[in-house]
Amino acid sequence: MNTHAHAEEVHAGASVGTNLAIWVGLVAITGLEVFLAYKQLQPSVMLSVLVVLSVVKAAMIMSYFMHLKFEKFSLVLWLIPSMIFCICMMFIFFFPEAFRLLQMRPH
Amino acid sequence: MLEVKTDVALDSAWSGGKSPFAIGSKKLGMWLFIVSDTLTFSALLITYSYSRITNPDWPRPFPIYPAIAFSTTMTVVLLASSLTMVMAVMAAQRNDRKKTVMWMVATMIGGLLFTGLHLTEWFNMIYKEGFTITGNPEGTPLFGAVFFGITGLHMTHVMIGVIYLGIVAVGYGRGKFSAEDVEVNGLYWHFVDLVWMFVFPLIYLMSVKY
Repeated sequence: MNTHAHAEEVHAGASVGTNLAIWVGLVAITGLEVFLAYKQLQPSVMLSVLVVLSVVKAAMIMSYFMHLKFEKFSLVLWLIPSMIFCICMMFIFFFPEAFRLLQMRPH
Repeated sequence: MLEVKTDVALDSAWSGGKSPFAIGSKKLGMWLFIVSDTLTFSALLITYSYSRITNPDWPRPFPIYPAIAFSTTMTVVLLASSLTMVMAVMAAQRNDRKKTVMWMVATMIGGLLFTGLHLTEWFNMIYKEGFTITGNPEGTPLFGAVFFGITGLHMTHVMIGVIYLGIVAVGYGRGKFSAEDVEVNGLYWHFVDLVWMFVFPLIYLMSVKY
């Protein structure tokens, strides 16, 4: 059936060279993270920098290794904003109320 | 006479009988699983980050050498296994069954090596340094729960991934599975790698001993 064939369309993805370049980039960012750990930054500054670098690495993996860059953009629009929204909701509802509950403090 | 074009609406991607995202149901199912699992790990890592920043007596048990050097090696091994998985998916798309299975076996070796290194580190921390899930020699006891909880959940994902790879490799080699199955398997494996890209810096690099 034509519809079925369309649904199981094989996505070409990136070339071997591009994937290798992405892999080298991921290793390089990991090296940068280890270097930053060696530099003894403030924990809050270090956390912010590491989260940003991790998000960059995650985007590289999702775009190229997981082929999201080569899928229909509607799939990206469906998956990513909903995920980001849920993570933002965690930041709103987890803290500090959840920890207050753990310590059995009303306020 | 007015001609009503009923087939216009039916041609829409959202009218049924078509895949609006142009992917198969297996791949869509795996993406939905990945999103839900991302939220599980996000909840754990956000909770960890909050605890880490608000606890001034957070233990720093990982010296640059050997602990960070060891965990960096683990990271590179996992990244390398992601690259071999990419090669497996590319070989499957070319219908090269022999090379696909070969690259999948290489990915499994990477996963097993990562698990072996991780267990070595765990046993060293538990039996030589006295870290447990309920306490540690110094600092807040929350560290043990967070460290073993998050890395343990990730290691479970890696072990399940190795079994999953084995099943798909055998099935694809025998012609029972398609290239799409290999690609869906690849999505899971890359996700495991992606989670480690957050676990390694947040858990290890935030607790470096100077």
